[in-house]
Amino acid sequence: MKVWKLMAALLQLTAPIALSAQAPSGNGGRLVVDINGGISQPMPIAIPVMPTPAPKGTPAGDTASLGDRVAQIVTDDLKGSGLFQPVPKGRLAAVAYPQVTAPDFPTWANTGAQALVQGFVQANNDGTLTVGCYLYDVFAKTELARQGFVVTPAYWRRAAHKCADTVYTRLTGEGPYFDSRVVYVSETGPKNHRIKRLAIMDQDGANHRFLTNGQAIVLTPRFAPNQQTITYMSFSGNRPRVYVYDIGSGHQRLLVDQPNMTFAPRFSPDGRYIVFSMSNGAGTDIYRVAAGGGAPQRLTNGPGINTGPCYSPDGARIVFESDRSGTQQLYVMNADGSHQQRISFGGGRYATPAWSPRGDLIAFTKIGGGFNVGVMSPSGGGEKTLTHGWQDEGPSWSPNGRVIMYFRTAQGSGHADLWSVDLTGVNERRIPTPLDGSDPSWSPLLP
Amino acid sequence: MSRAKLSILAVATLVALAGCAKKPPKQLPPPPPSSSNPSDNNGMGNGSGNGVGSGVIPGSRADFIAQAGSDTIHFATDSYDVDSESRGILSAQAKWLVAHPGVQATIEGHCDERGTREYNLALGERRANSAKNFLVSAGVPASRLSVISYGKERPVAEGSDESAWAQNRRAVTVVPQ
Repeated sequence: MKVWKLMAALLQLTAPIALSAQAPSGNGGRLVVDINGGISQPMPIAIPVMPTPAPKGTPAGDTASLGDRVAQIVTDDLKGSGLFQPVPKGRLAAVAYPQVTAPDFPTWANTGAQALVQGFVQANNDGTLTVGCYLYDVFAKTELARQGFVVTPAYWRRAAHKCADTVYTRLTGEGPYFDSRVVYVSETGPKNHRIKRLAIMDQDGANHRFLTNGQAIVLTPRFAPNQQTITYMSFSGNRPRVYVYDIGSGHQRLLVDQPNMTFAPRFSPDGRYIVFSMSNGAGTDIYRVAAGGGAPQRLTNGPGINTGPCYSPDGARIVFESDRSGTQQLYVMNADGSHQQRISFGGGRYATPAWSPRGDLIAFTKIGGGFNVGVMSPSGGGEKTLTHGWQDEGPSWSPNGRVIMYFRTAQGSGHADLWSVDLTGVNERRIPTPLDGSDPSWSPLLP
Repeated sequence: MSRAKLSILAVATLVALAGCAKKPPKQLPPPPPSSSNPSDNNGMGNGSGNGVGSGVIPGSRADFIAQAGSDTIHFATDSYDVDSESRGILSAQAKWLVAHPGVQATIEGHCDERGTREYNLALGERRANSAKNFLVSAGVPASRLSVISYGKERPVAEGSDESAWAQNRRAVTVVPQ
């Protein structure tokens, strides 16, 4: 029942409606955020409260207050990307409903805004909400994009994220990422006995909930491409093994029943397989098994510790870490285990590789003096360090391959938090979580 | 016989020294009652420990730690080599385990916090297996030994300095209470 409701909501959200306003579509192309030079000049943008054609109560609050909250989420998303500088709320004029498609451009030009996001929130007779979202070029006085989203009231935040994604995509040329989720490990308790629970939340920290109760240590969750399934490692019953968790039902199952420890699981991009590591008493190798279970197929054959496997987005190759040379280094192999080649050659050690969903970069933990997150190309070139904490570890990519989430552990206390950074190395910022957080895994874009 | 006594004495001295090095007590604790003297239950099979009036029950974890000197061995950074000091401890552990054939043991492998999570799980497994392999070579049947790695999840020392990390790089032989 719950699953059905969710699916219904998702289906409705996937189909943007055609808005009835008749403003001509602008040719656009003039207003562009410079994303290549980093984020030195965020674009000024105005996102006023979205009016409602008729105030009406809904399970998510009345439509007037929703218009305020939707605008706030769009503001927070765009500001959080580091690429936009929203005009402060106190300088935003009220927008009357008819103005949504006929902006008062001179007023907005006076705020310094180059772009303007307007919209509306309407309660429909069938209980759904429509959120309209319009993007304008303030100086050219043209419309750049418009989208409408129909959602059940429980998913009103997703409509706001979709609006922010529309603006972000149109102005940066990058893919969307705000309508996505994060599964991670919530931590609390003393350093020598941390309580660890799987938790899931929207990428901005909203809609947080726990998935496991903390009785067993849980580590390294990863989303399946369908986002309804998570694979992770649990110490349940003092047997550290890989499990698969279904979010809708809460059901979890052992991936493979082996006498030895299994860990470091990741889904293949098509969701059919899970790669993971298994220790055999002498060393640790990487195996592949059907996501539903079965006989594991061995992909590496020693020596040493081979772990941290991660598929390329096309599923053809796997990047992993191995200490076969003496220290942890990154290697790339074909998905069947053939043609294993080392790609990291800088000073220090390299671990926890994560292949960008765009395919062009591999993020990793660099150990050398400190622990920092960096990126390099899949052939090992262009290495760059992005973060500057005492211990930064475990990168995970945003769905558009533009932002990296990781966790930062504090010296001494052992407290850990989730952080994100733009792939240009700027805009390091903490992701709010109720307790400490580690091992983040960013979902693909929600459908 | 005398060699065994000697090694027990040596271990006792080491423990005492270690205790001093860590945190010198302001005041010496009261001497233990004579009935709980570890040398009463030295694993030779004819000790006086019958459980009555004794602080250490033969075959128990406390007995194991007292007789072996320690349940823990330590490792160098990123290493799973068993050094000579650790070999001495493991030899004493093996002697006790051979003398108590009914006891199953779990060897826990642990790492310091200065490693990535998954690599540390594998490294902890290596350390536990190093200890296990030594015990097996010293005569303990492998079927009585299981291993588990906790990676960096369960440190004993909570600091973020070389001393804490050295204490956390360890393999612990755990027998039932």
